[in-house]
Amino acid sequence: MTVAQAAALLQPAPDYAIDTKKLNLWYGTFQALYDVDLRIRQGMITSMIGPSGCGKSTYLRSVNRINERLGYVRIEGRIDVMGQNIYDPGVELIQVRKQVGMVFQRPNPLPISIRDNILFSHRLHAKGGGDVHPGTPDEIVEESLRTVLLWDKVKDRLKRKATELSLEEQQKLCIARLLPVKPKVLLMDEPCSALDPKGTEAVEELLWELRGQYTILIVTHNMAQARRASEECVFMLMGKVVEHALTAEMFVTPIHRETADYIEGRYG
Amino acid sequence: MAISTTASRATIAAVGGADSFDRRNADWYVDKAVQVLVFVCGISAIIFVLGIFVFVTKEGIGFVFQHLDFKEFFLTPYWFPSDADDPEYGILALMAGTASVTGLAMLVAIPFSLGAAIYIAEFATGKTREALKVLVELLAAIPSVVWGFIGLVIMNPLIIKWFDVPVGLCVLNAGIILGLMAAPIMTSIAEDALKAVPDRYREAAEAMGATRWQVTYKVVLPAAKNGLLGGVLLGVGRGFGETMAVLMATGHAVNIPDSIFDSVRALTATIAAELGETVVGGEHYQVLFTIGILLFLVTFIVNLSADLIVRGIRKG
Repeated sequence: MTVAQAAALLQPAPDYAIDTKKLNLWYGTFQALYDVDLRIRQGMITSMIGPSGCGKSTYLRSVNRINERLGYVRIEGRIDVMGQNIYDPGVELIQVRKQVGMVFQRPNPLPISIRDNILFSHRLHAKGGGDVHPGTPDEIVEESLRTVLLWDKVKDRLKRKATELSLEEQQKLCIARLLPVKPKVLLMDEPCSALDPKGTEAVEELLWELRGQYTILIVTHNMAQARRASEECVFMLMGKVVEHALTAEMFVTPIHRETADYIEGRYG
Repeated sequence: MAISTTASRATIAAVGGADSFDRRNADWYVDKAVQVLVFVCGISAIIFVLGIFVFVTKEGIGFVFQHLDFKEFFLTPYWFPSDADDPEYGILALMAGTASVTGLAMLVAIPFSLGAAIYIAEFATGKTREALKVLVELLAAIPSVVWGFIGLVIMNPLIIKWFDVPVGLCVLNAGIILGLMAAPIMTSIAEDALKAVPDRYREAAEAMGATRWQVTYKVVLPAAKNGLLGGVLLGVGRGFGETMAVLMATGHAVNIPDSIFDSVRALTATIAAELGETVVGGEHYQVLFTIGILLFLVTFIVNLSADLIVRGIRKG
């Protein structure tokens, strides 16, 4: 047994990047999530499907606690991200959000330059001495943009406003700007719904590239997308997790009746 | 004739099973009437502005062409309009009065109103926010004579006591009063500007781990800067044109101030105080209207540029 293996035994790296136990969530008096138990494998792309209002976005948004902006959200249960409960009272929200990046439905680059967008998060977190990309700003910008296959397109206009880019480029930028702070998990809330088929394909390819380095959890309305761009799939209905299986299995031999009906387009 | 037309139409309608396409009912006339009415109301603002401008110009322009010595008017501080032998019309001191009071007012009002707007728009929630908004609007509605009264009766003795000066009606007094007067409007406009920043920017920044203040400082304020600047300019316009409170709180002494404890006199207050004593159409009367033209032009330019700046953000 090598030293590395011994160390791995002492501190086993969790197989699951996200481990959810009995998560209940209320918006005011409306309960949106019921006893959600969900374990998301590390380094994989997991998609979440289900009809509108089934709670998939709500679940996604509670993994980096962005839900709490609303002020009237109440949560019970726990979500462990990389082995730590993010709802522990001692947890710093800022650290949670550093570890768990989020990409939104509508591309939302900040109305500043492309370069400043990439460095925004890095500047926030570098001061605290956290684990961030150690390079110079120029290196960070180049590497992040190369990772999302955007560098060649925008390298001559880094000082231009990010909001001038096409929607596809904006969405890629929104992914790129998360990378310099080395997140473990990337949450994506219907990241392609504002894009055309070409842009969708490009973003899906990018997700496939990022697989392994990051745990990716993607909410989608598009079943074909879930099928071709994810390894595991979660089906939710009325605030509950109905089925969680390998994507290939779920789309061929769903266990539950509701899953089969949804996949075949009988409702939703 | 008319009857037969109606009758034949009725027949066609009955035969065709539908109303003819050129039939007009009462709603059509109401719609036309309302359109005309609101059009008249809408352009009345333009008519009034032009009318006032023409009137003020007509009364004051005679002086500009016949007696006005630009150098004396703008560059000397001697204002003796009622001197029987040799009246002097220098408005330098009056301009200095207006400028110093407005300037100090902005020093008071800008941080105050920006802070209030940031709190209301970015930090306060629920009932606190609603209550504050109502209170700010209420504050904006306090008549200026009440502010002037506060300057005269409360601020005056306080300034005398605290700073040990002989007179408390001065630039400091009027500046603070005017600043407090302008702050509510500036707060309202600044808050609108902050609200106009799309919430997805805040969400994006917060999702990356920015604190509320970082979101405000790094994202919201830069995105709203045009609207904020517009608000400040409107505040300047307000301060510039304010009359009653300034008349009461400045001390109304023609003077180029050396310190904030000097009494001054404002352009607006001069018109208000002297117009009633002049002979209509006389030289003094005309020169007051010339000041009116000047005030009109300056406020017009300030408001116009504020408007253009605010429009600028909508496009961008």
